[in-house]
Amino acid sequence: MKELKLTASIANIPQVTGFVEGELEALGCPMKTQMQIDVAVDEVFTNIASYAYGSGQGDATVRFEADKENGMVSITFMDTGHPFNPLKQKDPDVTAPADKRPIGGLGIFLVKKTMDQVEYKYEDGMNKLTIRKKLNA
Amino acid sequence: MTINKTLKGNDLTIALEGRLDTTTAPDLEKELKESLDGVETLTMDLGDLAYISSAGLRVLLSAHKTMIAKGGMKVTHVNEIVQEVFEVTGFADILNIE
Repeated sequence: MKELKLTASIANIPQVTGFVEGELEALGCPMKTQMQIDVAVDEVFTNIASYAYGSGQGDATVRFEADKENGMVSITFMDTGHPFNPLKQKDPDVTAPADKRPIGGLGIFLVKKTMDQVEYKYEDGMNKLTIRKKLNA
Repeated sequence: MTINKTLKGNDLTIALEGRLDTTTAPDLEKELKESLDGVETLTMDLGDLAYISSAGLRVLLSAHKTMIAKGGMKVTHVNEIVQEVFEVTGFADILNIE
């Protein structure tokens, strides 16, 4: 298990992506899976950076865990901001025409569709969102 | 991300290289805002784009809408990872993908 703790800001996204990519590369993760995870990391961390602390600032911790037996990785994003379960958002209507396209909720929807598991819990004063992905699906 | 622009008459091609995500989408948005005056047709060449996140989709959708009133926008050289994102989000039905 490895952790990275940093300020939850948009400017720090490349650092989070870099951390996760380093771990995935060490595991020999296929490029396609790595790109899907990168997108998921971008979406989840963007949400935290944009909303968790309102107009204030706070930290986020990213925990990377590899289950080598099952070929599965878990990435958990933790913050101490307002309790918020992004998985409760209604899925966007992906069949709507261009001019009626809802833009909110698209990111987390994409995460749900491309990851194998997404879990949220509020625990010890922290939002914890975990994404899991099989490396050789 | 690198943005390469080629203007031939009223046809603008924008080739993207790298990642179109939360960090880089504002660059493309700015570039489009400054480039679309007088442009009739827009081609987004995604051949060297590694991936796209929802922030990137947002910018593409906005460009698509701007271009509807003109000669339209097409998206070319879409790789497997980007195509999957377009399909999952329904963007494959909206965008003119070649």
